[in-house]
Amino acid sequence: MGLKSAALRAASVFTHPAHPHDFLALVNPLSSARQLRGVVTAVRPETPQSTTIAFRAGDGWSPHDAGQWARIGVEIDGVRQWRSYSLSAPAGGDPEITVTACGKVSAHLAHETRVGDIFFLAPPQGEFLLPTGPRPLLMLTGGSGITPVMSMVRTLLPKRADADVVLIHSAHDRESSLFGDELAALATQHDGFHVVHRYTADDGRIDFSTTHDIDALCPDWRSRKTYVCGPSAMLDDAEKLWADANLPDSLTVERFETAKLAQVSGNGGTVIFEKSDREVVADASTPLLEVGEDAGVLMPSGCRMGICRTCLTPLLSGRVRDLRTGEINETEGDLIQTCISAAAGNCHLDI
Amino acid sequence: MTLTTEATETTVATKKRTGVLPTTGAPLARPAAAAHLSDEQVHQLGAELDAIRDEVIAQRGASDAAYIRRVIKIARGLDVGGRIALVFSKTKFGWAAGTGAIALSKVLENMEIGHNVLHGQWDWMRDPDIHSTTWEWDFVAPARGWQHTHNDIHHTWTNVLGKDRDVGYNILRVSEDQPWKPRDVFNPVVNAFLAPLFEWGIASYDLEWDMVAAGLKSKEDFNSDLAALKKKAIRQVAKDYVATPAAGILVGNSFKRGLAGTVAANMIRNVWAHAVIFCGHFPDGVDVFTEDMIDGETRGDWYIRQMLGSANLSGPKVFHILTGNLSHQIEHHCFPDLPSNRYIEVAPKLRAVCRKYDLPYTTGPLPKQLFQTWKKICQLALPDENKWETVKAVYSPNKATRRRAKAALQAGRPIPSA
Repeated sequence: MGLKSAALRAASVFTHPAHPHDFLALVNPLSSARQLRGVVTAVRPETPQSTTIAFRAGDGWSPHDAGQWARIGVEIDGVRQWRSYSLSAPAGGDPEITVTACGKVSAHLAHETRVGDIFFLAPPQGEFLLPTGPRPLLMLTGGSGITPVMSMVRTLLPKRADADVVLIHSAHDRESSLFGDELAALATQHDGFHVVHRYTADDGRIDFSTTHDIDALCPDWRSRKTYVCGPSAMLDDAEKLWADANLPDSLTVERFETAKLAQVSGNGGTVIFEKSDREVVADASTPLLEVGEDAGVLMPSGCRMGICRTCLTPLLSGRVRDLRTGEINETEGDLIQTCISAAAGNCHLDI
Repeated sequence: MTLTTEATETTVATKKRTGVLPTTGAPLARPAAAAHLSDEQVHQLGAELDAIRDEVIAQRGASDAAYIRRVIKIARGLDVGGRIALVFSKTKFGWAAGTGAIALSKVLENMEIGHNVLHGQWDWMRDPDIHSTTWEWDFVAPARGWQHTHNDIHHTWTNVLGKDRDVGYNILRVSEDQPWKPRDVFNPVVNAFLAPLFEWGIASYDLEWDMVAAGLKSKEDFNSDLAALKKKAIRQVAKDYVATPAAGILVGNSFKRGLAGTVAANMIRNVWAHAVIFCGHFPDGVDVFTEDMIDGETRGDWYIRQMLGSANLSGPKVFHILTGNLSHQIEHHCFPDLPSNRYIEVAPKLRAVCRKYDLPYTTGPLPKQLFQTWKKICQLALPDENKWETVKAVYSPNKATRRRAKAALQAGRPIPSA
């Protein structure tokens, strides 16, 4: 590394004001001075709407832990779009994501990705992680919520013969259920791994508002460390159930989306992006992150749901509203989360 | 057009005007070339130009992104290839090819890439590698300072005397409406020196010495701009005039050989950029404006000012790319943040609008426009009236005559005969 960075430093005398990486990009598409990149190495359809994409990341990527997610950027119609995806590959290996088409970006990824495509990346992060010591586990997943759990299962089972894992996975029907064959194979190979499939088209959703369903599906659920990932309603019910059972600490939740206010009262305003020299009119319900991105401002962003705080931006003046709580913030100099804040009048951001 | 001297003093355009101009109303005065238009027509013209812009924005996409990336690749490829040829070749042909490739790379990098990226034309891609807030160009003037004098001041106040400091860059007299000063006799000489040293001229201009002297720019701001320029200039000089020629010594080439190549490449770029840029606002047919024309200016009037205040260059597509599409100066001034590769298709539409509203659309081939520009700079070296008498008086060997002549000039009185 010392030699390489010394060589790059020397080369930068000749490449200034560009960086040597900018010139290396002429031959190596993963080379970039500013933006971590990855190249797609395999594309595997999983279901008609879901695709697993494997990629190799360039310098600057750190190997992920089972259950973590990463920000993936792709270009659609020439515009870079960022979303966060759980990494479904076992810990430490080449990363993979499994994407189910449900919006513009996910549909593009699931249907248009080809081997050799370039992804823009941010290193893995997330706290949805396996316990440090051996414990009996219960995994509750719904739909594409299985992806981080799949990474955990793929990591844990080959390493620990004594693993005791119950996975209860809900999907609309057999056809749309992810990883069916692989889960069946893993269950045959590992005595401690039990999979329960629930097809909601036939049997309805598992009701987590009472203990009835869970008692039937996994009688010893109270003694298990539990991970839950799926639609918001399922997560909310599970959180309440575990809290009511006085077991809030044995439940770990991974959210894909935050519930934002359905109705926003009041008006938006003019948003000034100071350093970028942009001025745009924004409504009261569009997150400032999106307002900035649409105006071509290089907004920092992460989870896009108010968790990771990557998007923190100083509010120079004006009023913003938290879209989760409706709370108004007008503290000058405060760092606001642009992904869940909208204009509540004119505001002035230092970016 | 006659102007008062107050209106032509170099000033102040520090306060920024919001980009949102009213769509209806009227300025205190309209330029002569647009005086025949009614408020309603101007409003209509504004809406038509907005529609042209919206159409391009709706269409821009993957092919535009591919275009700018291709140009960047070509420019970088030429830079590496040119330096290798210049440094390691032993032949005259190798020297010329290397020098030419570096010059071409700099022309592309500064004009079609740098100038346009720094305008934010490619910000919509959200690519941090090609963005107005991150790009730094292969030109001594630091990008951030240039963005201020160029994007904020020149593009907002295009050709408004006393507001747009690009009208003559404080060192040249380029319009009859700028009062003649004794130093203007050196107009052609100054311009002849400015052309090959253009990047240094711009770097100095961006420091805004005159604004500091006038107390309109703080000493701290000036010092921080100067520090940024020093830092950048050292690295530019180190690359082109030290490291590149020195690398040739490794293969037994002389330092002088490499230095001659990089000096020539920079000069070619300087002369080219100077020519193209001067043809954008100074040829015949381009108007300058007074401050009462922008008081109450509507969106339509703003567009009209951009069209009347700019001139295009005609030529084939490759010529447009080599000028950074500043050959489409009129389109660029109306839509400074549209991707430059789109100006070529916007041009006929804009021209049709000009025809419809009976407005001039100035264009011509480079040699013709350049000749007019030089002719004007030479003509304006002398005062408009009593040419030789005035020059003789202000440069008279007699101190008293000189003083009287200068005082008369300043007061706008006729020059007293010696």
